[in-house]
Amino acid sequence: MSRTLYDKLVDAHKVCNLPDGDMLIYVDFHIMNEYTSPQAFSGLSAKRLDVWRSEAHLAVVDHVNATRDSKPHDAASKLLIDNLEANCIKHGIALYGLGDPRQGIEHVVVPEQGLVVPGMLIACGDSHTTTYGAYGALGFGIGTSEVEHVLATQTLRYKRMKTMRVIVEGDTAPGVTAKDIIMKVVHVVRAGGGNGYAVEFAGSAIRDLDMAGRMTVCNMAVELGARAALIAADEITEAALKGHPHTGQFAFKGENWVSDPEAVFDEEITISGANIEPLITWGTSPDQSVPITANVPSKLDYVSPKAKAALERSLKYMGLTEGQSAQSIKIDTAFIGSCTNSRIEDLREAAKILQGRQVAEGVKAIVVPGSAMTRIKAEAEGLRDVFEAAGFEWRPEAGCSMCLAMNDDIAMDGERVASSTNRNFEGRQGRGARTHLMSPAMVAAAAVSGHLADVRDFK
Amino acid sequence: MMKTIKGIAAPLPLANVDTDVIMPKRFLITITREGLADGTLADLRFDNVGQLRPEFILNKAPWTRATILIVGDNFGCGSSREHAVWGLRQLKIDACIGTSFAGIFYDNARKNGLALPIVSPKTRDALLQFSSNARGAKVSINLDNRTITAGEISVVFEMDNATRTSLIRGSDDTLDTLEQAAAIHDFEATLDDSMWVNVIQ
Ligand code: SF4
Repeated sequence: MSRTLYDKLVDAHKVCNLPDGDMLIYVDFHIMNEYTSPQAFSGLSAKRLDVWRSEAHLAVVDHVNATRDSKPHDAASKLLIDNLEANCIKHGIALYGLGDPRQGIEHVVVPEQGLVVPGMLIACGDSHTTTYGAYGALGFGIGTSEVEHVLATQTLRYKRMKTMRVIVEGDTAPGVTAKDIIMKVVHVVRAGGGNGYAVEFAGSAIRDLDMAGRMTVCNMAVELGARAALIAADEITEAALKGHPHTGQFAFKGENWVSDPEAVFDEEITISGANIEPLITWGTSPDQSVPITANVPSKLDYVSPKAKAALERSLKYMGLTEGQSAQSIKIDTAFIGSCTNSRIEDLREAAKILQGRQVAEGVKAIVVPGSAMTRIKAEAEGLRDVFEAAGFEWRPEAGCSMCLAMNDDIAMDGERVASSTNRNFEGRQGRGARTHLMSPAMVAAAAVSGHLADVRDFK
Repeated sequence: MMKTIKGIAAPLPLANVDTDVIMPKRFLITITREGLADGTLADLRFDNVGQLRPEFILNKAPWTRATILIVGDNFGCGSSREHAVWGLRQLKIDACIGTSFAGIFYDNARKNGLALPIVSPKTRDALLQFSSNARGAKVSINLDNRTITAGEISVVFEMDNATRTSLIRGSDDTLDTLEQAAAIHDFEATLDDSMWVNVIQ
């Protein structure tokens, strides 16, 4: 029978069916961070359980650490960092802690270390674990009780999801990036439109992306509600597997990790690559986006009173007037970073815009490379000089930083941020902070303009 | 054995309420599960100086005693933080009735005895109306036969079997799964060496 890539991955990892209707699936590799794992370890202690297989786990410090310095910036974050270290020592788990040359945002360091290959199953206490679908691996986020479950059993209880194929066909225009592709998909399918689905991305616009771009797409698929995102492995994937510390240590060769040509999906959506423009979000949900050449919606665009009220609420929080042009939105801060867009490829794209230009007066601009390795590479390529000459602050340490502001990079009440991150939720970057999502090149364009701007106007 | 959940329901019709809203990150710097009641929906319940917002539904009688929330579409989206569910439980919420929930939130809820019955948009809207108008009247959720009753309303909800069984039994998934240890060992025996990840320390 023809099967989708998703079904092949689930079949290959199924341990057994359970009497209540769930199945047990085997986790090849599990990643932890310092803020969603402490209660999992204390759960193990309380139940007097051991870790099933210590060598299959990796812990990374990335969410709460300051990025100005390699030392914890306050007692609370130190508590979380020390707790993770103590748990890793106790259970013999590998840790990329502060000061480790391999440290960085979990979803940036895992591919750098060669810890993802096609056909694997990866779980992590973080929703953006969908990123690994870019490699034809099944990655998904779990909660803390499930972190405990994986530690104790190397498995998870699982329900097979429905499948959706999103086909993005046709060349995209210059200036349109992977970020714009996925923001467009989120706009079309809507936040929550992917709840209960595993999404496979296909079509020429996806195949033409490099691995960094594919990771950006799969990363943000969780904003649809998709619990898994997949892209079939191909020559580009194979080439990306070479030359990392874990290269050659493992391979999952049992299957060809692509959907069979006749495989049937529960849902299928086609989007024309040619119709995608650089996008920005104007609201407080990642699906509330418009092309940079367009205007913020107005109440006239909606029929139902509920939708009008929701628009009003979002605009009030965002401090915008209905119908105002996207490019008239002035910013206070520009942030380049996060597991969506802090890879070397992202920094190069932003630097191209910044070359020979200056950050606008009054705009605070920060770039936080996704990992220590990314930072070193960027410095060697001269990107740091470009960012600094333009007036960006270049952070010496890697981490999530202003993506969720669990460290000291917190946007103030009313502060407006052009951000290369993935979530524009109320309060995400700080209480009352106003986030506009866009590609890293668009953040650079906004930084030098002082307002949201069209990257295509920067030659 | 938890079979029926009964209580006052509060309408919370906003769509896409994410886990940053349910549990703002400033409450996440903790290594325990406790002490999260005050953080739950904090920016909706409290103003910038920590005063109760009188206009917010959970701050108004009789909904101060609500143990059930009637929620908007795609509730619990965003971050995987289980703190959101721990907090709702510590705020004494036993169930959220909605049309769709984000996957990780749904699984986290099951692990902590928070029931998430799924109903059609029409039923949800009727329950929103009921909970806004019938001041103090109770909503009853029967897990055994998957029904919700509220005044004149009597409807069937959706909930997968495994989640329903787990809520009724109040079981611990980790300990239950360890009873399948033999099956896990058998599966591992089928993996060849090339499928064994060994993270370099
Ligand atoms: S960069 Fe942002 S989205 Fe990514 S793991 Fe960190 S906090 Fe989560």
